[in-house]
Amino acid sequence: MFGTGILKGLYITAKNLVGSYHDPERLTTEQYPEERPKLPENFRSFPFLVFDGENAIDGLRCTACKMCEKECPPQCIYIVADRDENGKLMKRPKVFDIDISVCMGCQICAEVCPFESIKMDHHFEVATDNRFEKLLLHREDLAKPNSYYHSIRPTEAAAVDAQLAEEKRKAEERAAARAATAKPVPATPPSNPPAA
Amino acid sequence: MKPCALAGFASEAPTFSSLEALPGDLSDWLVSFLPDIEWLRWLTASLLAIVLILTVFGLTFAMLTVTERKLLGRFQNRYGPNRVRVFGIRVFGFFQPFADAVKALTKEDIVPAAADKVLHLLAPVCLVAFSLLGFAVLPYGREMTLLGNLDAALLFFFAATSASELAIFMAGWSSRNKYALLSAMRALAQLISYELPLLLVAVPAVMLAGTLSLQGIVLSQADWLGGILPHWNILTPWGFAGALIFYIAALAESNRCPFDLPEGESEIIAGFLTEYSGFKYALFFMGEYFGMAALAGLGVTLFLGGWTAPCEFLQFIPSYLWFYLKLVAVVLSFMWMRATLLRLRMDQLMRLSWKFLVPLALVNLGNAAFWQFSSNWEGAWLAARWAISLAVAIVPFLLLAKTLTAGLGPRQYRYA
Ligand code: SF4
Ligand code: SF4
Repeated sequence: MFGTGILKGLYITAKNLVGSYHDPERLTTEQYPEERPKLPENFRSFPFLVFDGENAIDGLRCTACKMCEKECPPQCIYIVADRDENGKLMKRPKVFDIDISVCMGCQICAEVCPFESIKMDHHFEVATDNRFEKLLLHREDLAKPNSYYHSIRPTEAAAVDAQLAEEKRKAEERAAARAATAKPVPATPPSNPPAA
Repeated sequence: MKPCALAGFASEAPTFSSLEALPGDLSDWLVSFLPDIEWLRWLTASLLAIVLILTVFGLTFAMLTVTERKLLGRFQNRYGPNRVRVFGIRVFGFFQPFADAVKALTKEDIVPAAADKVLHLLAPVCLVAFSLLGFAVLPYGREMTLLGNLDAALLFFFAATSASELAIFMAGWSSRNKYALLSAMRALAQLISYELPLLLVAVPAVMLAGTLSLQGIVLSQADWLGGILPHWNILTPWGFAGALIFYIAALAESNRCPFDLPEGESEIIAGFLTEYSGFKYALFFMGEYFGMAALAGLGVTLFLGGWTAPCEFLQFIPSYLWFYLKLVAVVLSFMWMRATLLRLRMDQLMRLSWKFLVPLALVNLGNAAFWQFSSNWEGAWLAARWAISLAVAIVPFLLLAKTLTAGLGPRQYRYA
């Protein structure tokens, strides 16, 4: 009949009103500052740099290959590779800055990094009172231990660890094989004439 | 002590309890400190009454805003505002309006460069002023009517409150913004459409009470059948139908959901509010809530027996509290409606008024005339009176509804 739809609607909203007081299940709101959100493992906010061992700077996995810097769509990563006194690359960043006021959290940097160095963080409370300095994160702010990585996304971190261990094992095998084949090399004179 | 019966809350009628006469006595007592100059005392008494009304309804407004937000939340399984705390005390967020007021006051007031500056400034002020005018004639209690027993109170009420739509048009026009102007036009169309049913259903109450004075209309309902059943208009067939129509039209008049087309956030940004910020914006809200409370007060007066108690033995509770309770109940039901219904389309809005409410209101007028004519029927005739009146109320409703909704639903949704 005409108007019964309205009555039905009124009944539903009234049920919500009463129900929300005695059945907390209905209220899906998280009371945020007191109630911390349970983030899914794959939640991502901004990138951070993983380091192994004790020292944050020496243990950085990053080799300053600048892949992430080139791939980052909004170009918010700035890297300067470290060099020793002879000007030889030291395979580690001297400067590694990410401007998180520009970063859009796309995770492309984490995807392209060949050394499993840059990963996406769970930390989202980044508000500060200065958008120029405090939102520009430096190497020291970005470096976080592997244990932290394990704590926020255990599955992925375990897979990464396994992969790194596998790579390390292969590299050692290769090195050992090379060492084994390299030894006789000086004994036998070069059979090929030097290249012209 | 000479009672100051000229204006303000005059204490004329025999008092029922000391609480009943408290506001009047208090005002008389305060006035008695003044020198015995008639006009001075008259002015002070009037001002006191005005201040009292402004305070009560101002606080009611503040509380209603937060109540509405909290209730809307609960109606949708949310918490609603519950954060604001003062000195570490939270009180379920009921300090919210004060935080809102501070925020509104400290915000930048932006006036568009092309706007008509004077009208832009005046519009919110006018809205609040016009909405407040309605409060002047409402009978708040047995001995509490601000303009005494103004003979043309109802007329005054409609004249004053419908002017608030003019303020909305001012706002829309002066903003020099196409959305604001669209919303202003919608507001005017809505006003014209719904003022008619609103007036038409108020007429029967006037007819049966034989007076345009709102206090007189309340007094005509101040009786009980067997001490329990009140003689409120809503408990008669014509009164019930009239109250429903009044309710719908009042929702539309106060621009509330489902008739909030002038604001229509999803269509025209915020309508006439688009170019307002800061305290002017808050004033619009205030005006809207005042208008809503005033219309609810009129509805209570016309159909729910005004300040009369629902049962005779409940009269020990002062009449002004009854009025206030009923008013708040009606306003809360407005919020319930808002939480439930969707906004209408413009053509639906027009059709609802002109094709449905206006004819029903006209039939209702005839029904009320019949009710008045048959007021001395007894026994079996009394049953016949009820039967006829109920039939006159229900049959046109069903017929009209049937013809209007023919071919309109239920809708089949097909997904591409
Ligand atoms: S998440 Fe995306 S935007 Fe942010 S630093 Fe990495 S590549 Fe750049
Ligand atoms: S974070 Fe990864 S991709 Fe970026 S410079 Fe370091 S190693 Fe290369």
